[in-house]
Amino acid sequence: MSADSPVLQVEDLRIAFREGAAERAAVHGIGFSVAAGETLAIVGESGCGKSLTAFALLGLLPGNARARGRVRLEDHDILGLQGEAMRRLRGARIAMIFQEPMTALNPVLTVGAQIVEAIREHDAVSAAEARARAGALLARVRIPDPERRFVEYPHQLSGGMRQRVMIAMALACSPAVLVADEPTTALDVTVQAEILDLIDDLRRETGMAVVLITHDLGLVAEHADRVLVMYAGRAVETGSAASLFATPRHPYTRGLIAARPRIGSGARQRLAEIPGQVPSLGAVPRGCAFAPRCPAAGAPCRETLPLLEAAGAAAERVACLRWKDLHAPEQSPVSLDA
Amino acid sequence: MQMRVGGPLAAIRRFGQMVAVVVGIAVINFFLLHLAPGDAAQVLAGEAGSATPEYIAALRAQFGLDQPLAVQFAKYLANVLTFDLGFSFRQGLPVSQLILDRLGPTLVLMGVSITFAVLVGGTLGFVAARHAGQPLDTAISVLALLFYATPVFWIGVMLIVVFSVWLDWLPVGGMAEIGTGLTGLAHLVDVARHLALPALTLSLYYLAIYTRLTRAAMLEAYGQDYVRTAVAKGVRPRRIAYRHVLRNALLPVVTQLGLQLGAILGGAVLVETVFAWPGLGRLAFEALFQRDLNLLLGILLCSSVVVVLANLAVDLLYAVLDPRTARA
Repeated sequence: MSADSPVLQVEDLRIAFREGAAERAAVHGIGFSVAAGETLAIVGESGCGKSLTAFALLGLLPGNARARGRVRLEDHDILGLQGEAMRRLRGARIAMIFQEPMTALNPVLTVGAQIVEAIREHDAVSAAEARARAGALLARVRIPDPERRFVEYPHQLSGGMRQRVMIAMALACSPAVLVADEPTTALDVTVQAEILDLIDDLRRETGMAVVLITHDLGLVAEHADRVLVMYAGRAVETGSAASLFATPRHPYTRGLIAARPRIGSGARQRLAEIPGQVPSLGAVPRGCAFAPRCPAAGAPCRETLPLLEAAGAAAERVACLRWKDLHAPEQSPVSLDA
Repeated sequence: MQMRVGGPLAAIRRFGQMVAVVVGIAVINFFLLHLAPGDAAQVLAGEAGSATPEYIAALRAQFGLDQPLAVQFAKYLANVLTFDLGFSFRQGLPVSQLILDRLGPTLVLMGVSITFAVLVGGTLGFVAARHAGQPLDTAISVLALLFYATPVFWIGVMLIVVFSVWLDWLPVGGMAEIGTGLTGLAHLVDVARHLALPALTLSLYYLAIYTRLTRAAMLEAYGQDYVRTAVAKGVRPRRIAYRHVLRNALLPVVTQLGLQLGAILGGAVLVETVFAWPGLGRLAFEALFQRDLNLLLGILLCSSVVVVLANLAVDLLYAVLDPRTARA
């Protein structure tokens, strides 16, 4: 497979929750693709549908949620795959790590046993070989003293260590795609950087594609190649990480970038914030969902739903009626100093 | 009730706690039983039919019942601490001998009942949880509710009526056929036939509890993050159920087991009486009606030791099942 052809391609992904006879849409048609060795960041505030999107990729949505559209993993349409067919792909071709390393590991099984399990559910190898591979994985995710850790239980490990174990487990069968759902949110800042650097290195070594779900734009600047910004279940802007930070077009993206704490901006300066909050599922307004919080919204914004349109030279796309007005030359570009 | 395994110091402390608990129970039992009106002398005299006050007084002097309560207590405590359980004036035998004769049958009845309840209840709960919301789950839940709500003695009597009287498959009571002199395997089969109904009677209530508990614990475990992780790494559903869900669901079941061992010993009183099972429960029942306080105190002390030891076993089991409680 060439480096450019996407290993994961999502088209018009829609997710809705059943509520009695009715359905309540949470994600309204998201599309993106990730190539081998590439990191795509999906960014947005809590409740924008980014984690739901991640869960839908592996078929892990809760029972009352339904996904439609198309998800292609390598050469398979995987959306809606059931039972054994989906199980064979999970962990083998597409793996996931979660936000909470504290609870994501089984407390009554040793770390080694949990990694061995991930190997042996997919590859027909002997127990001894699986153990050897699991030990090598622990070393590969830079866990010191892997032999000792192998027989320890999750509660004996720190949060960062557990997330490394989760990564080792995810990499057990060399998946084509790694979905990382807020992998560092529950960790200390110093540990965050280590974990993301580790994921970066492993991605370069293995050529896997990474889908990084985060609300932290600071991480995106350093660790993502491309970015998809979501708001209220829709993509509002997408493009390369560099261009997004250099010239954010959507007012929401600008807000997110402005709301980022920055070193050297002076301790007395208040952090900028986006007023208001993400609308709840039942209360998404007509027109642009961001309009009630948008400083630039005009009357048409409250009536017409903006669609993604090409903006800029490369693959940048933005869903805003007014982005051309806002993107005046006098706008000072936001520096990439995160 | 978690213990820290590891180190002789912890073991010694644990042993000290157990002794303190048993002695505490003995002291409470002593005063509790002396609060009840009547004594062995009264009962004996009443049965003799010639109860003059002099006769009763003589009996009391003989049994040491005329001493002040404090003196009786001191004697009792001194005896307990030297493992002397005293003499049953009523039965004319040492209490320890009476208890030893009856302890075995009770432990057999308890052991078989609780094992059956945990295994069958656990299995039913497991099956119900894996089919949650489906007809099979409903059927199991209704059955469990039925067992849970039906009085133990009624189940016992009904089982006797159906299996012993109508069908004549199993004996009505006792522990073995008298006078057959069976040995070896034949004796074992005979005891098992006698054991079936009382064990079933005693276990049904607990079986219902373990069914419901296992089901609930499984469903809760199914909602945990580590189950989602297991699904995400492609573990087969059956393996998830056994290795991830059941393994964690066992923890509350074992906790409950520890709490209920005392209760099941209490339940044995009723069942042993209904089925004429020659166990401690029936002995306690008789001792109570005969105001045979020495014997009753001995049985209660012995029961408390059994429960304390059983709790120790459960704690050790817990440490094996849940590595978080086994701090080295």
